[in-house]
Amino acid sequence: MLAFLTAVPFVAAVAAAIASRVDRRAPGFVMLAASLLAAAMLLSQWGEVTDGATVEWVTSWVPSLEWTVALRLDGLSMLFGLLITGIGALIAWYGTGYFGADARNGRFFTTLLIFQGGMLVAVLADDFALLYVGWEVTSVSSFALIGFAHDRAEARQAAQHALLVTIAGGLAMLVGLIMLGVLTDTWRVSELTSRGVLGIDATLATVMFLLVAVGAFTKSAQFPFHGWLPGAMAAPTPVSAYLHSATMVKLGVYLVARLQPSLGDLEAWGIVLPAVGGFTMLYAAFMAVREVDLKRVLAFSTVSALGSMIMLAGLGTTHALTALAITVIAHACYKAALFMTAGTIDHETGTRDRLALGGLRHSMPLLAVSAGLAAVSMAGLPPAMGFLQKETALAASFEEPEAWLLMAAVAAFGALTLVAAVAAGVAPFFGARRDTPEPPHEGPPSLWAPVAVLAVLGVVLGVVLGVAVTGPLTPFISAIVSASAGEPYEAHLALWEGVNPVLLASVAAITAGLVLARFHRALPGIPWLRANSTAAMDGVLNGMTGLADRIERLAQPGSLPLYLAIALAAAVLPVLVLVVLANPINGLDLDADPLTVAIALVVALGAYAAARSATRLRSIAALGATGYGMTLLFLRFGGPDLAMTQVLVETLTVVLFIFAFRYLPITHETRDEHTRRHHVGGVVVAAVAGVAMTGVTILLATHERSYHLRAFFERASLPEAHGANVVNTILVDFRAMDTMGEITVLAVAAVGIVALLRITGREPASAAADSSRVLRTAARGLLPLLVVFSIFLLVRGHNEPGGGFVAGLVAATGVTLYAIAYDARIARRLLRVAPRSLIAAGLLVALGAGAFAMASGLAPLTGMWVDVSLPGGEQIPVGTPLIFEVGVFLVVLGVASALATALLEER
Amino acid sequence: MEVLLAPVVGILFAAATYLLLQRSLGETIIGLALLTNAANLFIFVAAGLSKGVAPLIDTETGEPPPGAADPVPQALILTAIVIGFGVLAFFITLAYRYHRLTGTDDLEWIAADDAPTSGEFESGEP
Repeated sequence: MLAFLTAVPFVAAVAAAIASRVDRRAPGFVMLAASLLAAAMLLSQWGEVTDGATVEWVTSWVPSLEWTVALRLDGLSMLFGLLITGIGALIAWYGTGYFGADARNGRFFTTLLIFQGGMLVAVLADDFALLYVGWEVTSVSSFALIGFAHDRAEARQAAQHALLVTIAGGLAMLVGLIMLGVLTDTWRVSELTSRGVLGIDATLATVMFLLVAVGAFTKSAQFPFHGWLPGAMAAPTPVSAYLHSATMVKLGVYLVARLQPSLGDLEAWGIVLPAVGGFTMLYAAFMAVREVDLKRVLAFSTVSALGSMIMLAGLGTTHALTALAITVIAHACYKAALFMTAGTIDHETGTRDRLALGGLRHSMPLLAVSAGLAAVSMAGLPPAMGFLQKETALAASFEEPEAWLLMAAVAAFGALTLVAAVAAGVAPFFGARRDTPEPPHEGPPSLWAPVAVLAVLGVVLGVVLGVAVTGPLTPFISAIVSASAGEPYEAHLALWEGVNPVLLASVAAITAGLVLARFHRALPGIPWLRANSTAAMDGVLNGMTGLADRIERLAQPGSLPLYLAIALAAAVLPVLVLVVLANPINGLDLDADPLTVAIALVVALGAYAAARSATRLRSIAALGATGYGMTLLFLRFGGPDLAMTQVLVETLTVVLFIFAFRYLPITHETRDEHTRRHHVGGVVVAAVAGVAMTGVTILLATHERSYHLRAFFERASLPEAHGANVVNTILVDFRAMDTMGEITVLAVAAVGIVALLRITGREPASAAADSSRVLRTAARGLLPLLVVFSIFLLVRGHNEPGGGFVAGLVAATGVTLYAIAYDARIARRLLRVAPRSLIAAGLLVALGAGAFAMASGLAPLTGMWVDVSLPGGEQIPVGTPLIFEVGVFLVVLGVASALATALLEER
Repeated sequence: MEVLLAPVVGILFAAATYLLLQRSLGETIIGLALLTNAANLFIFVAAGLSKGVAPLIDTETGEPPPGAADPVPQALILTAIVIGFGVLAFFITLAYRYHRLTGTDDLEWIAADDAPTSGEFESGEP
């Protein structure tokens, strides 16, 4: 049940995105339906939860870390679950009227539903890792929703501010939760509740608590992290009402209430939470009445209410936790209602400036009544929930050692909240009519009815809970308090408990509030406490980006050669150290024959000339000499396959260089500009690299090594892979998967090259008119020979030097020659098919050869052989590696032809 | 024999490194080509050399001929040569495009905001 419940919003998010393509109004109704469904699912467990039982659902997630997907429903999570789904439904309804047929509805409600899912996961999670995931889902979706109007710089900035604060807090919390998990050896919240943290080092426990508290404070906008919440008013009003008043900002409160049974005994708990919460409560309550923007009044008032909740959780007595439960319910009802009221006023009049509004009761009577009822609750007047909230909070304070201080603070909070309630929920509708940007009129039902529902609920709940002492709701409050207290508790609530200090304090608060409310229009003029947290946050951010800039300028001066030099030096210096330490000069065999010495000289001189030539053409020629020299070395030391491949690749490389560098400056244009330091630096790094690599080569070549791989391949090549050429059988049979990857890389490189060249979209260059007649005649004669030769190499490759790579390169050489002699287009026509089709066909053939083995239940590309009788009676083995070889041939031919013709067509 | 060829490997690496550190993109690419060769020769020499006999199994005896070369490094190098060619071709093309777009092949300009645009950027083409 719980798993389905948490899945509902996420499924609905997808449904909303799809529905928006059908009808622009549909996403809001999808969310309405999903929220009602989820609420109904929660209510189906009402009986069990109010009986004090819990519902659980557990499945494994990361077994190695002992993380589980554990969901648990008790009174506390039921309370938050109902807030999330119930208010979610009303917000969705309100949103359909607020946004109408806006084209962005799909995006809006999808994000809102993802948020709803994250919230449900967070409050139902019984595993800290899962709780954190849900927590961060809400942070990220909150970011997206605050910045919903992303074309406005103000919205983007507010979104960034909120994200940075809540994510930073979330990370602190994560560290705290991990400490908690490691110290107590459990990730399950419920186990922790029963086990507690007794016996853990007090200092560690305090550090852990403070880290978690930072997470709660940032999320629930406690001083000094509160600045993001008023800024978040840049979000559309449904978001402010839902995320930034009723649900998300209470997640911090939820976490604190959840941890109260396990951490509540810590000394720091009873000091930090009441102090931070209490100060936030008073400070924000005062800030609220100074604001003129309706939404900002409500935002600060929300911060203030959150402060009172944190304070009550910090007091931690059962009375305080009862007050906390009542506060959460009451606040959600009246504050979401008043936020929606502010949104409707903004929607219908074009302004949210409370000093510019008045007399709206004439034009929007239904909204006026609804908002008035909500304001009664917020003001703390009987018989609404708000009165009960103030009463229970005062009663909880009364039993504390610092009773008078706490009661005075709560009373002042009550008085200032009353003023804010009048300013935001009453004043705009009374007094003289004022001119507004748009003529005010009553909105559609969706813009006032959700307000009415919540406002009425706020009064009805107050009556049901306060008058009928053993009414149907009291067990629910008991279940909530039991969950957050960690022990069974029976709540007793009443609106009238006789004349006592609590009632007197309450009356004093209401009286003071009513007096102050008469002057509410004058309060914004008070110049006190003008601390601007948004500016402070900007300062911090600018400082950080400035520091990052300075570090970047130091670490990244922008010279690619410098970066390379540092990277290469870092790579070769350890090698050099290794070589020196290994002392490889022992036991050297210094024999040398003249021919090898001559070839070695060609290679070495070629390399030197490539590095030091004055013109680029000479460098390329020297590079070619090096490559051909290597070909001879390969040949001399038993590598005919290598030699053939190297000679062909070297030829094609030189051709490509010439094609590509035709239009580049002939000389090294930048060499003159080199500073001496640059040159010396290059020489030094190069010399270190050369010495290090020489040493490593000697070290490895003279080192004892194991030949078991070699022995295996030599033993298995003939009987298992039916080939005498061991190099070839390794490539197409034993290690065919590597070769498959390799030809794929080749294909990708060719696609990249052709795409790079196509960017210009120019007409390809036409016939190479200046090519010589001799070349054309030679090409015409050579091509058939090269083709025949390549097929010969392909066929014999399994037993003699040759194979798919070499054969493909030989054929591609023929194509390239033709392209140089005639024209790229004519050369391509010669192939009959486009090079890219050859590449694709080759990959498919190679994959197909591998699929044979898969069809027989073997690993892909395992060689499979059958004996085929030739007409002469001879039996020869035929197998899938031979087909694979054809695939390699086609890919190599296609890639090399594509490169040569594509580059040649450039002009 | 390895001792004679080891310095050749070293010289190839040194020349490749020197070219890689130049400011000109063209030289950097030539350096990359040289580096590919250097790496291949390094594997070849470091794995030990034996003169002249290819690793082809004698079908009569089922054994490799005496003194045959080690096939394992050869298989590694063969793939490395072809892959190196593909990568090099890509970088050659990239260098070509860079030059066409910016009109320079000076790498110092890549990071600079005031790079000269005598190439296609100036003429309004992408």
